[in-house]
Amino acid sequence: MVTTRTDPTWRAAASVVDPELRVLTIEDLGVLREVATDRDSGRVTVTITPTYTGCPAMDVIRDDIRAALAAAGHPGAEVVTVYAPAWSTDWISETGRAKLAAAGIAPPGPAGTTGPVPLTLSVRCPLCGAADTEQVSRFGSTACKSLWRCRACREPFDHLRAF
Amino acid sequence: MNPTDVPTQTRLDHLLGLADDALVAAQRLGEWVAAAPELEEDVALANIALDQLGAARLLLTYAGELEGAGRDEDALAYLRDDREFRNALLVELPNGDFAVTMAKLLFVSAYQLPLYTALTGCTDERLAAIAGKARKEVAYHLDHASLWTVRLGDGTEESHRRMQAAVDEIWPYTHELFTPDPAAPVDPAGLRDAFLAAVEPVLATATLDRPADGWAPSGGRSGLHTEHLSYLLAEMQVLHRAHPGARW
Repeated sequence: MVTTRTDPTWRAAASVVDPELRVLTIEDLGVLREVATDRDSGRVTVTITPTYTGCPAMDVIRDDIRAALAAAGHPGAEVVTVYAPAWSTDWISETGRAKLAAAGIAPPGPAGTTGPVPLTLSVRCPLCGAADTEQVSRFGSTACKSLWRCRACREPFDHLRAF
Repeated sequence: MNPTDVPTQTRLDHLLGLADDALVAAQRLGEWVAAAPELEEDVALANIALDQLGAARLLLTYAGELEGAGRDEDALAYLRDDREFRNALLVELPNGDFAVTMAKLLFVSAYQLPLYTALTGCTDERLAAIAGKARKEVAYHLDHASLWTVRLGDGTEESHRRMQAAVDEIWPYTHELFTPDPAAPVDPAGLRDAFLAAVEPVLATATLDRPADGWAPSGGRSGLHTEHLSYLLAEMQVLHRAHPGARW
């Protein structure tokens, strides 16, 4: 039985935060796909999808989900990982985007079609709001981020790149 | 072709080809960590390596389950000898200077992008799902390698000379990537046009000559490797073999 987002089991799984982006829950990120409870055994199965195939945070997320459900009275929860449809930054919720910006990380724009050198719109500085920014490196502190600098307030910042 | 119509060993060899390309490429890129020309490039190459490793892990796990002999991703990565690896020779070649690494990355990603894109539509749903994720990541790798190739090729006299030498050195190894394999879910022979369409404009923009086709070394897909793979495996596998099951 697939549970709704108001169900206690969903709320427990949804409380898990991304270990690399601690301001976001896996629900904000769109990593949490489904929570189901077996009608007979009462066993909970949580379905998640990785952001990147090599994302090292996934093992921690799986452990944290099992711990969160155990704390909510559902020990032995199973965590299933699915790969299709592939995760996209478009799945990050509006709440998630607001939390990222508040933490000084510029949220991603819309994920375009994949292809070499898509047109990149200017990334607004999450600290001062200026649009006069420049990319320092296409890869940042984690696989999902690029490194930017604001020409107005001179601060460096991370940008969760559209993917 | 329906995957169930193809012998398991053929499917396994094909999966290992995909997985080993990604695994060996990841291991080579990892050698740049703390040795790249600038800190940002350390991070970039490490992230690209991580993407390749992520795809390799999913593919090896799938290959192990398909084989049905109880081998998991670790057993396949750490306990096979060189003759059992199915990667193309290109990915096992030494990193050389930064230009050689970029030439390798350009050619590998320009091959993997149309490959994974085509696999996304194959009838093997699990492989299609893995390809669907890897495709998005590889597009970014191709972008990165293209930018560097242009920057180095159309840069100083010395960077141009080195980038041209790198392209000339690696080009012969690209042919093996497109060896016909009609039993594969996607026949690599049909990918070369897409590869050239991605690579040739980059070389032209970089003011580099596209090498003539000629010598075409091969053997990787059937387990006949250069000596470079043995050294790479020695370093990659030594810990696991000395301490089986060791964990951080």
